[in-house]
Formats: sequence, structure tokens, C-alpha cells
Amino acid sequence: MRYITGFVQFWYDFIVGDDWTVAAGVVIALAVTAALAHAAIPAWWLMPLAALALLALSLWRTTSRG
Amino acid sequence: MSAVFLVLAAFLASAVEMVEALTIVLAVGVTRGWRSALVGVATATVALAVVVAVLGPALTLIPIDVLRLVVGALLLIFGLQWLRKAILRASGYKALHDEDAIYRRELEDARQAGTVLRAGMDWYAFTLSFKGVFLEGLEVAFIVLTFGSTQGSIPLAAAGAAAALIIVGLVGVLVHAPLSRVPENTMKFAVGVMLTTFGIFWGAEGAGVTWPGGEVLILGVLAFVLLVSFGLVTMLRQQHERALAAATPARGTGD
Repeated sequence: MRYITGFVQFWYDFIVGDDWTVAAGVVIALAVTAALAHAAIPAWWLMPLAALALLALSLWRTTSRG
Repeated sequence: MSAVFLVLAAFLASAVEMVEALTIVLAVGVTRGWRSALVGVATATVALAVVVAVLGPALTLIPIDVLRLVVGALLLIFGLQWLRKAILRASGYKALHDEDAIYRRELEDARQAGTVLRAGMDWYAFTLSFKGVFLEGLEVAFIVLTFGSTQGSIPLAAAGAAAALIIVGLVGVLVHAPLSRVPENTMKFAVGVMLTTFGIFWGAEGAGVTWPGGEVLILGVLAFVLLVSFGLVTMLRQQHERALAAATPARGTGD
């Protein structure tokens, strides 16, 4: 059991890193982009804005913790 | 254009990770002897080559749009992590990576650990070297695989990584000390910017977006990511300096 937990923890740390909201935000932004694109609405602008908003938010949370 | 980015990103990411792995291996080799440390390095290198050799062909079987979506998401998550840490370091919120300090700490740990010799091997030295190289290398393997498979050229990405491995390895052998003068944060910043740019571009393409102007717009995304990142560094640096000034008691008020 300890090995399974360790294995899962390793991959979580490796992929998600120390701010899970960034990973979750990327997945949500891609889902919204896909939904807009499939509805034939231009969505190329969404990912750049979403990515950098997620970065700014993550930085703000880290620096405001002190 | 993409080929240049591909080789550059693989090279820079690999060089940064190799410098970190080199620090660990040097500390282990100097204190515990080179044989077990080098066997650890060789085993980790073979393990990484197996990961690339097994996963590389498997990735080419996935439809390109699905691949771009998944790879784009992964690159974007990695890129934002690298960029976030690089921005925190550049603005003073996080200490710069100090290879000399890490080397001294690793030396001390390696000296204090007991020696268990089995089959003529120092397993502490082997494990530490193996872990250092394998864990630092795994992210590089991911970048090489994802960049290479999405661009249809894993060998080109692998060439960038191999060039970094050879250069850092040679310099490490010649200098025989941690490479503390390598501008690690600048390199991490550059890799973060590139991973984020490609993650945005491929992720959106995989999600069904058609970029106006086609592949050329990747330069526009790159410029946008760079501009915002530099803006965030400037803003956070000023904020950090203001916070430090407010925390420092005023001097010379009694004069």
C-alpha cells in the first residue's frame, strides 16, 4: 500500500506540482476552448489569456502568503 | 522555425536538469568513491533511454489532435510551473538556486551516511546518483517525447538533449566542481516561456482552434508570454522591495 501511495504521490508531484489550481485551470480552459471551437465561435484568444491569468493568480497567491 | 525552438527547448531544459544532477553526482563521487556513483549514473541513463524508446513509438500511434491536446495541456502545466518559480526567483521572493550550497549540503549528507558494501557496491552512492540523474532526467524525457512527437521529430529533440548532456558532462569532468556560474534561473525562465508558448499553441489546436495566420502566430504567442512574464517580474520585484523597505526599521532618525 505504501508503495502505491508513494507512486501516486510521485506522479501527482511530477505532473501537478505545488499548485493544483494551475493544472485544474489549464484543463478547464482547454475544455471551454474546445466547446467554443466546436460551436464555431473563434476561441484562439482564450488559451493565451487563460494561461497568463492562471500564472498571475498563482503568483499572487504565493506572494500574498508572505 | 519550430525545429529551432524544438532543439533549443530540449537543449535548455536538459542543460538545467543536467547541472542539477551533476551537483549530486559530484558530491557523491567525491565523498563515496566514483565507481558506485558512475554505475548509478549509467543505470539511470539506460532507464531514461528505455522510457524514451518505449513511449516514443507508442505516442506516434495516437491521433495528432488528441496528442496535441494532451501534450499541450502537459506542456502548459509544466511551463507555468517553471515560469512561476523563475519569476519568483527573479523578483526576489524565492532564493536563487545555489549549486554551491546544494553541493556542500550533499557532501555533508554523503559523509555522514553509513557505508553498506554489497557485491562490491556502495549502495548509498549508487541510489543517490541513480535518483539524482533519473528524477532530473525524467522531466527532460517528457519534454523530448512530447515536443518531438508533436513536431514529428523525436530524434531532433533527443539531439538537443544529447548535446546538453555532452556539454554539461564534459564541463563537469573538466571543472570537477558544481557549475555554479551557469545562469540557471535565466535558462529556466527561457524554458518556462517556451513550454508555455507551445503548450498554449498545441493545446488550443488540439481543442479545435484554428490560429489566424497559421503557425506564424506562435511568434505572437511567444511575444505575449514574454511580455507578460517580464511585466510580472517587474511588478513583483517592486512589490518585494516595498515590503522589505517597510519591514526594515528606519535608520539615522536620531541624528
